[in-house]
Amino acid sequence: MSTRASHHQVTTGLNETRWMIIKDRLGRGWYKFRRNPISLVGGVMVLLCVFLAIFAPYVTPYPKHAGAFTDFQNAFQAPSKSHWLGTDALGCDVFTRIIFGSRISLMLTAVVLGISVPVGVFLGLISGYMGGKTETVIMRVTDVFLSLPALVMALAICAAFTPSIDKAMLAVASIWWTWHCRLVNGITRSIKTEEFVQASKVLGASPLRIIFKDILPNCASPVIVKITLDAGFVILVGAGLSFLGLGAQPPAEDLGTMISFGAKYLPERWWMTVFPSLAIFFIILGFNLLGDGLRDVLAVEEGV
Amino acid sequence: MEEKAILDIRDLHVWFRVYEGVSRVLDGVSLYVRGGEHVGLVGETGCGKTVAMKTAMGILRSPPALFPQGQVLLAGRDVLKAAPIELLRMKGKTISMIFQDPLSALNPVFTVGQQIFDVIRFGHRWIRDDGALTKTKVRGIAMEALTSVQLPDPRRILSLYPLELSGGMRQRVLIAMALVNRPRFLIADEPGSALDVTIQAQILSLLKSLVKEAGIAVLLITHDLGVVRETVERVYIMYAGRVVEEGQTVEIFDDPKHPYTQGLLSSVPRLTGEALAEGIPGTLSDYTEAPSGCRFHPRCPQAMEKCAQQKPPMVKVSTKQHVACYLYHGGGG
Amino acid sequence: MSEPVLKVENLVKYFPVRSGLLHKIVAHVKAVDKVSFDVQKGEIFGLIGESGSGKSTVAKTIVQIYNPTSGMIYFKGQNLSKLTKQTIGRFRREVQMVFQDPKSSLNPRRSVMSILEDPLIIHGIGKSRVERKRIIHTLLGQVEMPSRYMYKYPSALSGGERQRIAIARALAVNPSFLVLDEPTSALDVSVQAKLINLFLRLKKELALSYLFITHNLSLVRTIAARAGVMYLGKIYELGTMEMLFSHPVHPYTKTLIAATPVVSKEEERVKPREMSKEGEIPSPVNPPSGCAFHPRCSIAESRCSQELPSPVKVGPGHLVWCHRAEELAVRAEELVVLE
Repeated sequence: MSTRASHHQVTTGLNETRWMIIKDRLGRGWYKFRRNPISLVGGVMVLLCVFLAIFAPYVTPYPKHAGAFTDFQNAFQAPSKSHWLGTDALGCDVFTRIIFGSRISLMLTAVVLGISVPVGVFLGLISGYMGGKTETVIMRVTDVFLSLPALVMALAICAAFTPSIDKAMLAVASIWWTWHCRLVNGITRSIKTEEFVQASKVLGASPLRIIFKDILPNCASPVIVKITLDAGFVILVGAGLSFLGLGAQPPAEDLGTMISFGAKYLPERWWMTVFPSLAIFFIILGFNLLGDGLRDVLAVEEGV
Repeated sequence: MEEKAILDIRDLHVWFRVYEGVSRVLDGVSLYVRGGEHVGLVGETGCGKTVAMKTAMGILRSPPALFPQGQVLLAGRDVLKAAPIELLRMKGKTISMIFQDPLSALNPVFTVGQQIFDVIRFGHRWIRDDGALTKTKVRGIAMEALTSVQLPDPRRILSLYPLELSGGMRQRVLIAMALVNRPRFLIADEPGSALDVTIQAQILSLLKSLVKEAGIAVLLITHDLGVVRETVERVYIMYAGRVVEEGQTVEIFDDPKHPYTQGLLSSVPRLTGEALAEGIPGTLSDYTEAPSGCRFHPRCPQAMEKCAQQKPPMVKVSTKQHVACYLYHGGGG
Repeated sequence: MSEPVLKVENLVKYFPVRSGLLHKIVAHVKAVDKVSFDVQKGEIFGLIGESGSGKSTVAKTIVQIYNPTSGMIYFKGQNLSKLTKQTIGRFRREVQMVFQDPKSSLNPRRSVMSILEDPLIIHGIGKSRVERKRIIHTLLGQVEMPSRYMYKYPSALSGGERQRIAIARALAVNPSFLVLDEPTSALDVSVQAKLINLFLRLKKELALSYLFITHNLSLVRTIAARAGVMYLGKIYELGTMEMLFSHPVHPYTKTLIAATPVVSKEEERVKPREMSKEGEIPSPVNPPSGCAFHPRCSIAESRCSQELPSPVKVGPGHLVWCHRAEELAVRAEELVVLE
């Protein structure tokens, strides 16, 4: 065994190498990401959306136009210099409302995935590792939920209660966990036969330790990729609910509500529908491109 | 060099662009295989033997790969400069290949028959230009090929899927496919190394007798020194992207000259049970910052000052043995 | 002879083969079928076999990854089937395993530090993180690795380095017995030589005993004291290295030695004449009756396909399961005399 003094020396040197190794790993990840220009574009798109959403009051020309606001004199204006994307039936600036609307969409995504991912991952891990009856029960319930289209299920839940954005979030979350449960269940089933799991068993590791220390880190990258791909779909479902009048309620500036509202004035006042649709398209595309890029970055490198 | 060489690699350099910079994987490799000759290319993981083989086959993808220097002549024509379609024709006429893992080399969703028939039809279309073959004729050729690799009941095997065959049988099917178009040259990449010793021995002796009979030249690529010794006449030893020693198999195994070859041979456990040597000190360095001079010098127990400065050229140490090492530059030639 | 460290008695392990909608058991893979051997203190005992011989199943049954179908395993006199939750912890600290492929036996998503810290946390070795770090530092020293490797991930290591980490993990709990399941077969020979020498050094320094499982006969010859030759779930010959390699009796042992590619003339002289016909290794789901080697054996008689051979003692500690063992043994002796 080393003496205390030499041990001290060793650890100080070690911290440097530790940082070098971390830096190297980050560098490698960035290198792989950069080599795929499309994912870079996706990343920029997502970052732009998030940035605009957070700083919406500062970057929009008419922050007052968000929420309940009416200015009938300026209603139905076509895109112009003062209103880049035109104005709607209440005279609100469409650009401003789109930016504020993306706030709601991103929030919806964050809440839905924030609830459904941990639940799905946990159930997937437990069912995959335990097998037997536990797995049968969990997976059959999952199958039942999976057999219902998310939108239909959410419609049913929202229709049963008074429609609101919170209910919409809960409704979507109550279905979304199943996808992650399925994914993680499959990964767990294949990982648990790996030799490193057997090695942990030989060391005497408890099932919980194996699940959280050995299996969970191996689920992380597919789950993260799925989250980025999901984000787009959740926004779409949320917009769909709002479009049908079951999600965010006017005067909240939701993208789906805007589209449904503007649809009445098609095709003459096209800007009221086309631009919010393009905004949804933009966000979803961004998340999907980013997801593809992350898949490469997070793959385990088979070195040497 | 030999005018009858079927494969002649001259001073080949292959680089790869990677995260750390430029990886100089092959650094002046020269090797040749004459018609009908059986040659071994031996080296450990990461020595560049697979890159050399892929370059010779013309299947190395280039963007990541760069060919700054050197020639690869297959039957007298440069593989690196040939147009894709010409390369395909050239390869079809001369070269064939056996892969290490017989399961991944066969497509699991087609029967053995379908896969062999394709190879035969391809061969006739591109090599002999004698138009369409009748179904019965193709079948006949396939049956003959399977019989030649001593597979029992070839008619039944034609209708089976690869997964229904054992590892040894799959390897036999692959040999049959590799030889069915009568190539002049066969590249065998670790044949049978995925199989058990007793089965591997059967496969190697079968392969040896088949190629000898047909006069096919063979380049055997492997890390298994024992297999090399029992299969080929002449051998190249590779280390870190260079050929370090070349000569008759018997001579190299009885009297290895290069310190790397010596270290490698002493690392092989013996059936006679002698204690194992300590192996070779150090590890293979990264190709992006390969050692200067002789790439083996940081690990060499007999390294001299000169070794770190200049790349040692090949010198003749006996009529049929060449070595790239300064230890033999004095009076050896 | 003193009490063996490990004693395996009539070990049987069958795996069910399930099929159909209801997952009915339709057959059993007889992975291990009545295997008995023992390992003495400080000894390296080899188990030799090709794929499907059941040698890895024996290993995994000993370290309690699998439960035996029947038969007994004793470690230091303790019956492993009687382990309780309390005593299994002690057993895990005594017996560890190194797997064949370090690529799959190390979690790719965990750093070396995290991999090596696990056994320490599980068994409560080292109270603080600092202390554990110091132990890891020592462990890395034992397997001749620099401490800075602590923060690396397996993908940044070469095959040999990964296997050293796997060895360090096994050593972390300070075991007295290691099961080595083909620990070098995925590596190059020059790396293998270094690891084998490391194993020999560790054995001496830490007073370890090894069960060494391999398909490489030359390797077993080099390092083991005694070995058993397995074929389709059974041991067919068992003896000291000298016995097995200079006077092999069972036709399968001879076939194996004859098929081994060698690198020198001296080794060629050791090789016996081949004793087998062409043929594949049968499936362990449906092994041949009687002596499982009979379809490939060139000297098989009618009884070989009907009766299971019983062990014949042909020399001190040299057992052969072959109906013609006595006459083959005599012939082997004669050959030696003639030489």
